[in-house]
Amino acid sequence: MLPTLTNTVALLAARVPIPFEAQTTRLAEMLSLPATDVQNAFWTIAVGALCAVCCSLAGCFLVLRRISLLGDALSHSVLAGVAGVYLVTGRVDPIPMLLGAIAAGVVTAVMTQFIHKTALVPEDSSIGIVFTSLFAFGVVVVSHASHVHLDLDCVLFGDLSFAGINLHPTFGWLVPESFRTLVPTLIITLLLLTICWKELRLTSFDPTLAVTLGFSAGLMHYLLTTVVAIVTVSAMEIVGLLVVALLIVPAATARLLTDRLSTMLWLSCLIGVSCTTFGYFLALRWNSSAAGLTAVVAGVELLIAIVVSPKHGLLGRLVRTVRLRIRICAEDVLAGLFRRQERSDAPDTLVQASLSECHILAGNGLLAGPAVRWLRTRHLLQQVGSVTSLSESGLRYAQSMVRSHRLWEAYLQENFNLPPDHLHDPAEAMEHFIGPGVQQQITEELSQSAEDPHGRAIPDVKKQGVN
Amino acid sequence: MFFSQTLIVLTGTLLLGIASGMVGTFAVLRRRALAGDVVAHAALPGLCLAFLAFHSRSIIVLLTGALLSGLLGAISVSLLKRFTRLRDDAVQGIVLSVFYGGGIALTRSIQNHYRDEPGADLESFIIGHAATMMQGDVAQIAVVVAVTASIVVLLFKELKLLSFDEQFCQVQGWSATGLDILLMVLTAVTVVVGLPAVGVVLTAALLIIPPAAARFWTDRLSIMMMIACAIGGVSGVTGTLLSAHFDGLPTGPLIVLTSTAFFILSWIFAPHRGLLWKSREVTDLEMYLPWVEAGDDVPHPSTNSGPPIATQEVP
Amino acid sequence: MTSSDENEKPAIFDIHDMTVAYDRRPVLWNIDLTLRNAGLVAIVGPNGAGKSTMIRAAMGLVPMVSGSVSAWGSAIDGQLRRIGYVPQRGSVDWDFPISVFETVLMGTYGSLGWFRRPGRVQRDLTMQCLERVGMQDYAKRQIGQLSGGQQQRVFLARALAQQAELYFMDEPMAGVDAATERVVFELLQSLSDEGRTIVVVHHDLRTVTEYFDEVVLLNVRIVASGPVDTTFTSANLQATYGGRLSILDTMAEAVQKQEETE
Repeated sequence: MLPTLTNTVALLAARVPIPFEAQTTRLAEMLSLPATDVQNAFWTIAVGALCAVCCSLAGCFLVLRRISLLGDALSHSVLAGVAGVYLVTGRVDPIPMLLGAIAAGVVTAVMTQFIHKTALVPEDSSIGIVFTSLFAFGVVVVSHASHVHLDLDCVLFGDLSFAGINLHPTFGWLVPESFRTLVPTLIITLLLLTICWKELRLTSFDPTLAVTLGFSAGLMHYLLTTVVAIVTVSAMEIVGLLVVALLIVPAATARLLTDRLSTMLWLSCLIGVSCTTFGYFLALRWNSSAAGLTAVVAGVELLIAIVVSPKHGLLGRLVRTVRLRIRICAEDVLAGLFRRQERSDAPDTLVQASLSECHILAGNGLLAGPAVRWLRTRHLLQQVGSVTSLSESGLRYAQSMVRSHRLWEAYLQENFNLPPDHLHDPAEAMEHFIGPGVQQQITEELSQSAEDPHGRAIPDVKKQGVN
Repeated sequence: MFFSQTLIVLTGTLLLGIASGMVGTFAVLRRRALAGDVVAHAALPGLCLAFLAFHSRSIIVLLTGALLSGLLGAISVSLLKRFTRLRDDAVQGIVLSVFYGGGIALTRSIQNHYRDEPGADLESFIIGHAATMMQGDVAQIAVVVAVTASIVVLLFKELKLLSFDEQFCQVQGWSATGLDILLMVLTAVTVVVGLPAVGVVLTAALLIIPPAAARFWTDRLSIMMMIACAIGGVSGVTGTLLSAHFDGLPTGPLIVLTSTAFFILSWIFAPHRGLLWKSREVTDLEMYLPWVEAGDDVPHPSTNSGPPIATQEVP
Repeated sequence: MTSSDENEKPAIFDIHDMTVAYDRRPVLWNIDLTLRNAGLVAIVGPNGAGKSTMIRAAMGLVPMVSGSVSAWGSAIDGQLRRIGYVPQRGSVDWDFPISVFETVLMGTYGSLGWFRRPGRVQRDLTMQCLERVGMQDYAKRQIGQLSGGQQQRVFLARALAQQAELYFMDEPMAGVDAATERVVFELLQSLSDEGRTIVVVHHDLRTVTEYFDEVVLLNVRIVASGPVDTTFTSANLQATYGGRLSILDTMAEAVQKQEETE
């Protein structure tokens, strides 16, 4: 790193302007840190963010098209392209090597299909054969050439932590050297996105439909492969083999949080940027590898998304399940009270029950207490002293439940080949999901809807509710 | 001294090739080829944590840690599949890269913290370093091979049934889950003992390439497995010799490249299935012909029942 | 009709209130089915009616949301070795390195138990089963080199080698040639004559009355079941094939979302 540093110092002396220099200097004063440190951090974060955005955008399509492993394979096989170009030319030039890496990426995608088709090797095996072989080839060449500038460590681990130090004059500004590959990569990625937006979206969500509509899904596949290869090879400098983490994990996290492609794209970029940023700071703190910690942070963010994601998160699901259980217990109480009232000698007077009887009707489990509370807060149960009874609205609710139950029994009786003694259990389970709409629908389809199969009247909510 | 060291390494890589061939045959046929890759990558953080916890480079300690975290990786894959709506491929990529990232971070900080301690260079596990193999390491590999081989021989019938038709296996009352876990553990153990020699990134190749090459030569599972073991073993030996001959070239990648050479040769020259043979005699049409005549409208299932990697993109 | 008398023999096969759901969405509703007599039973219904799902769930290959399945009066898990199964042809990898003979031999594994290798007895039995389906000449072939109908016969031979008393067959006539179909039906008939029960998922309505003793009409729920003469009526067929019940779809949605319907 020393030569580059002196280089930078020399360039500084030559007064090549650095973007945002004033701001970083002011920030350094505020934090009372050395100005160069803050400046390094700023540029490292910028490089990491750029890298993360490129990877996340491309990665979204890998995840949606279920070819994430192609990303993994590409991250290994581009090494073979770089190594191959070195073998042929004997020099380390960025442009030919980039082309070599892209070629290796395309070769990976093509060979995987070719071996799968001609050798009847399962597809996962053929991916494994191609990328491990290419990677092995790359490693052999690189270790053979270890005396020149090809550095295996850089391939394996990347050097995000140093990306901010290595400034280089570009178009009259002193910016990190990696910008010279990352900015064009981002432009290419964005170009693909804007030009082929419609096609990409279509082929990602429904390849068969896309083909029938006349889009060439195969062309899109290879176009995408090429872009992923470009992204991989330029990001590799920064994060090494772990480019696969930046490709897949933020995109998968975003996928868990949304069902819209556009939201998924910007969300994954945001997640990716946060990963490289946090990864860099943690690496500084623990004196460790920034690329490795970027992957770890990405994993942690994914875990958080799995737990708290609003629609499909584990926490949300748990809460919804518990709420549903409480509602079911509560509705069981209402229906139970109604049936007792129905059976009693005076069906027109409200039946009364003690609290413990309500708990028994609610199944006496953990949720019995919350269920009774659920009923009280909704004023479906009223309590006078130690006696509980249905309120006016509770009675209507209960009638509706029992109506649902008996309608379902009648419906099963007509449409299912079930013995009469098997009707109750299914109805007991389904009554909680039948709303007024379905009640109406069932009533219309039934040949008669006055009595259930056991000969009991199906209560009509409206008539009695008005009374 | 040099000679005996080479002999030790040769024995080690030979045995490793045999074990991988055995376990890999099932992995390839069951379309779980990349599970080994996931386990290998997931093993790295465990290896580092074991080093941190016991401060020893004793291979048993390190590999136990590696095995535990490799299995944790495998479990994470099934949990993620069970509890999220992410697809197989994404789940594998996630577990692989996140565990591997953790491993990289740990190796790097171990290297930075214990710079002076001998053996703190855990990064050698990433590409593998067969040349430093000790007699004790080889003895361990031998034990693993012996145990794996006896399990495979004893349960060959059951494992064959599971690999061919898992549902039938279950319906006949066998514990398909139990057998599945057994195979997973065997795979993990084989991968983990291979780490010191072949490294995290390339161990999966040993599981995949020899069986895939062996498949060209036979239509019988037992023979396929033997050929896979032979190819694995010969690749191990050849790779080691090449690495000894060209000083400085790493052993692991050379072993992989040797087995790739076997694969390519098989792919081109194998009777009936090889490219040469096929273009000369059996065209696809002829292969399907008996059934076209029989008035059959159902296509060959093996051409469209693979895992969903990119198949749908080919119009 | 299901109330069991004390002296009555337990039913050969009994499904009680079975509901099966994929991702919480019910695909089979409250299945109740009892088979008391040996014979050929057809399961008939439109595509997506859950025919395969029903037998797969009954054999424990698909988890049930509710319900229980028993055979000969006890839970089916313990009776699996008395039950034979012919899966759909697409369920295995036909490129697997295995010969016809070895495939059929797998049918005998259940009776062998752990670790024991098949011996002379099992090999002879395998050969007999191959002869019964007329595939003895193909014993050494790799299974991928067979035609669709031949593959189906191999599966049947494997089921025969199980020597089961109750068979479940998932679309054994799907995509087979006329010759195979005849062979298969003759075989099923002779199995039935030996006093076994064979439950077949079937999609060809024309052959139901010709070959089967009982029929189960299924469309996400059982519409009717019983002897072919009384059950296979146009009214019942109309109810089975006359479209899905829209209410069940609405309800499936509601259950999946765990919410009440509007």
